[in-house]
Amino acid sequence: MAALWLLCAVALGLGRGRSWAAEGLGAPDFPELGDSLREELVIAPLQSGDVAATFQFRTRWDSELLGQEVFHYRLFPKALGQVISKYSVQELHLSFTHGFWRSRAWGHPFLQAPAGAELWVWFQDSVSDVDQTWKELTNILSGIFCASLNFIDSTNTVTPTASFKPMGLSNVTDHRLLRYAILPREVVCTENLTPWKKLLPCGSRAGLAVLLKAERLFHSSYHSQAVHIRPICKDSQCLRVSWELRQTLTVVFDMFSTGQGKRDWSLFKMFTRTGLEACPLASQSKIYVALSSRDQENEPFDVSPPPTSVQEVSFQGDRRRYAVYDLQSRELSNSSRNLNIMLKWKGPQEKGDPLAPVLYTQRYIGGYGLQKGELNTVIYNSHPYRAFPIIFMETVPWYLRLYVHTLVITTKGKDNKPSYIHYQPAKDRLCPHLLEMLIQLPANSATKITIQFERALLKWTEYPPDPNHGFYVSPSTVSALLPSVIGMKTDSMEESPLFTTLFPSSDGSSYFVRLYTEPLLVNLPTPDFSMPYNVICLTCTVVAVGYGSFYNLLTRTLQREEPRTGGLAKRLANIIRKLRGVPAL
Amino acid sequence: MGLLSDPNRRRALSRLITRLNTPLCIMSYIVGLSWFLGLSFQPFTLRTYISENAMGSTMVEEQFTHGDRALSYAREFASVKKKVRGMPVAWLEKTMRTLGLEVYTQSFTRTLPFPDETTERYMVKGTNVYGILRAPRAASTESLVLSVPCSEGDHNNQALGLALALASYFRGQIYWAKDIIFLVNEYDLIGMEAWLEAYHDVNITGMESSVMMGRAGAIQAAVSLEISSDVITSLDIAVEGLNGQLPNLDMVNLFYAFCQKNGLLCTIQGKLQRGDWDSFPAYLHSLETTMLMVLKQGSGRPQGDHGLFLRYHIEAITMRGINSFRQYKYDMSTIGKTLEGMFRKLNNLLERLHQSYFFYLLPSLSRFVSIGMYMPVFGCLILILVLKSLDLWMKLTRSESVEEDGVSDTEQELKPGILSLVAPILICHVTGLSLYYLPVMGQHLAIEHFPVSESEAVVLTVIAIYVAGLALPHNTHRVLTGAGTEQGWMMLKLISLLYLAVQLGCIALINFSLGFLLAITMVPVAAVVQPVGPRVLYAVLLILVTPATTLFFSIFLYKELDEHPLGLLECWQLFLQAIAGGLLDHYLYGSIVFPFIAFFIYPCWLQLWNIVFWK
Repeated sequence: MAALWLLCAVALGLGRGRSWAAEGLGAPDFPELGDSLREELVIAPLQSGDVAATFQFRTRWDSELLGQEVFHYRLFPKALGQVISKYSVQELHLSFTHGFWRSRAWGHPFLQAPAGAELWVWFQDSVSDVDQTWKELTNILSGIFCASLNFIDSTNTVTPTASFKPMGLSNVTDHRLLRYAILPREVVCTENLTPWKKLLPCGSRAGLAVLLKAERLFHSSYHSQAVHIRPICKDSQCLRVSWELRQTLTVVFDMFSTGQGKRDWSLFKMFTRTGLEACPLASQSKIYVALSSRDQENEPFDVSPPPTSVQEVSFQGDRRRYAVYDLQSRELSNSSRNLNIMLKWKGPQEKGDPLAPVLYTQRYIGGYGLQKGELNTVIYNSHPYRAFPIIFMETVPWYLRLYVHTLVITTKGKDNKPSYIHYQPAKDRLCPHLLEMLIQLPANSATKITIQFERALLKWTEYPPDPNHGFYVSPSTVSALLPSVIGMKTDSMEESPLFTTLFPSSDGSSYFVRLYTEPLLVNLPTPDFSMPYNVICLTCTVVAVGYGSFYNLLTRTLQREEPRTGGLAKRLANIIRKLRGVPAL
Repeated sequence: MGLLSDPNRRRALSRLITRLNTPLCIMSYIVGLSWFLGLSFQPFTLRTYISENAMGSTMVEEQFTHGDRALSYAREFASVKKKVRGMPVAWLEKTMRTLGLEVYTQSFTRTLPFPDETTERYMVKGTNVYGILRAPRAASTESLVLSVPCSEGDHNNQALGLALALASYFRGQIYWAKDIIFLVNEYDLIGMEAWLEAYHDVNITGMESSVMMGRAGAIQAAVSLEISSDVITSLDIAVEGLNGQLPNLDMVNLFYAFCQKNGLLCTIQGKLQRGDWDSFPAYLHSLETTMLMVLKQGSGRPQGDHGLFLRYHIEAITMRGINSFRQYKYDMSTIGKTLEGMFRKLNNLLERLHQSYFFYLLPSLSRFVSIGMYMPVFGCLILILVLKSLDLWMKLTRSESVEEDGVSDTEQELKPGILSLVAPILICHVTGLSLYYLPVMGQHLAIEHFPVSESEAVVLTVIAIYVAGLALPHNTHRVLTGAGTEQGWMMLKLISLLYLAVQLGCIALINFSLGFLLAITMVPVAAVVQPVGPRVLYAVLLILVTPATTLFFSIFLYKELDEHPLGLLECWQLFLQAIAGGLLDHYLYGSIVFPFIAFFIYPCWLQLWNIVFWK
């Protein structure tokens, strides 16, 4: 394999190519102007018949963004670089997702993202007022990505203590420097895609990004785009820091609405486009097609045209084979103008219950009526013999008042006591509930976490537009170290496609997975806004009439009135008599 | 208040109430009754309209053309159903999965409190199969339900075929924003209750069911489909749900709008709308439709599988395909188009249906009577009770004050009188409690000693306790001491009238029809009964308005209006079935009609009965 890469490098004969070739060989030798771009696309057929395409664009910059003023930007987007240096960001993870990754049917993704927008940021310890910096940062990002991130405020921001760890090079693990927020109602569309594409060095004009056409990406069952920024080691000595920007985009094409009910896929069918060329600025440009997992020895489908090479990587505790198409290799570049990678299934379509992954979740609201409810999360461990711990994190808005004493965790009918609980109660209109727990999942079990809540009655100006739509509860996260089937070589991870390097694992016996549950829609008691006038009129009338007559009753002194005789004539006579000084009649 | 604080005016008012009491009561009753009759007159009603913005302006274009596929699914389903003699769970799972749905099953068991003889069910063990169409790029927060009951015999195969054909067509579309659940429920209502309880993770009725694996967020609306023939002549809509709950009127409007659009004949209560309105037969027609709705709603029984959704704040209707002798028939494609249009409009909903009315009566599909229009009827009827009790109260206070002025020792007689009222009231309520608890608890004892089945035992025990209650006055009087005064029965009547007024007022808010049926019968008799005068006449009148007799006549009237007139004997059979059905509705689905009658209305009626036989 190394020989092949070398061959390509010599053929291209570029300075940039040299560094990339050296990296391929595993020698830590980076050029002075150290920025590089690697673009990758992984096409993975899912067991449901759908197909997932994941793009990753890695921009790496060997420069100190913090501390010193940087003026010259080449590949790294200036907009983000300035944000990082201004707000002393240690790590930034932002994702926009439209749809929900169905772990049960599709298996684990490379990196799951919750429905809506998710942002979590680690700040440098030099930041004095984290909350203020966070607020400014969200507003800036909101402008950069054309998203409603400015709706992130104290009512949906939390500081998790255990669920999130820095992913990059860091010696800060003080969770007070971490801020985390999810906006489950955020809808992702082309207006978010365009600024995301603009961050790419080649834009959408060359390279793999030409496939990113909005009308195809949003004609799918899942769309997720993300930006991850983190510091990494510059070389193996790790004396200096490099910055890494990963822009990822995952899209799942549906077999029935896009593929006309057939499992055979091609690049053209997915993106309505075939011709591909590597981005001239990229040091690596590859397309991977996931061939098989450990069980199947021979591939269940044919891939055409023949790949440049076949690579075997360990990923998520499993050994997977990928067909690699190197867009920079000569033999492919001749034919790449009409490169149309096709997948053709050999056997007939078998339709069984899909094989469930080791860990998957389900979340729902129990009960009925508008007073109380029950928040249920069921976490399944389908591993036949291994138990493993998970960290469960739940963020619940303040208007659902959790009763913590009703928290029940049951596994196989027995009480499951969490070994760590961190609960931060909500403050009305200020901050949400945060519940973090470390729970041990026994092998082959379903664990149900139940907590009851009461729905608060909001002030009438606090209801959003369309209040009867309901209120969103953001997805909860389940972070776990899953036992792997095979021993993974941690040192070879840099070469394997996509995210394997994002979660470094200390030993090869387990791998890290973070899952997000479904967001929930909860109805709160809602007044009838269509009749404020009627209500005001009625209330005023009732109050006026009721109050007036009660006041009358309470203050009036009742006395028997003498039957009056005479009337007007007598009164007149009395007045005259008074004037005359004679006693009245 | 000013009126009452002024002694002169108060005296004038009280004089008015006491002197003109009877004419006022009669007038109020007549106004109430004629108001109700006027509700069905077209010029007095409002035209229905879709209030929900998201459903109103945008008409969708339907493209469903797979009627033949629906029929082939139906035929295949029928043959498999015949082969496995029951619900073909495996076949359904396989077919739905091939269509691209996420398929789940849910099994449930329920032992009925006593065997149901009309449907021959006792230990019910079934499986619901449902497939979820996941909306693309949506996070499964909202969903819609299309449910088809899997009935015994040859019923409903076509509905299932159509549901599958729709599922396969819907699956290829990209515009769905809400998940769609295609549910096939076994044992109609029992299965539906099991599914809904499992979906919302509650246990209200003691159903045992398996853990539910697949969910799709908050259900926004549901349609239940029943079609048993390849072609239909009209579609009927059923709206009345459990405890007389109704879906949002927009659901009905939506159905009506799409029937109109596709040129389908649509009926409500099986009655086609008449073109004219100004003739007497036309008025009678809409009155009959309204009366049928009142009777169905008053029964508190779900009139279709949709009825159980309403508890969970899910707007739902049942659509029934009718195949009569009419010439023009509609095929599956047309019904499919109608359903497609409805689902696409529901899919467009941004909020839950909340704009339109939740309380209404329907004289026809295009006209409705809102709560503001029909509540005065009830107000007039309740006014009688209020007037009568005011009258009684004034009489009581006047006699008291007269006695105070004159002889003071009668005061000692009055006090034990009030206290002694506790005994009859208590005894009446204990009878009510035994009416509720004894029949089901004592069924095993009954079948040991009498040659009857459990179901008969329960029904007969109910009737026996009910009738035995009539003998109470003779027994309670032994308990009473010194209650023979006039104040005694007046006080008892005053309490009973107010009690009745409160009960009827409460039930009318939940289920107007039930409240109306009880009020229109019980109120006038309750107002006139007293232990002096023609006692036998009062007793006969009281028996005529007891809830049981009302039920009997309601069944008779229902069958008459439904154009299936029955003889008295058949009515009696239905009456017995209705009692068993009412009990089962309560135990299986949580209907409140039976406990309401047993705990409140019947004891109150017994108090009135006590008054007639006051000594």
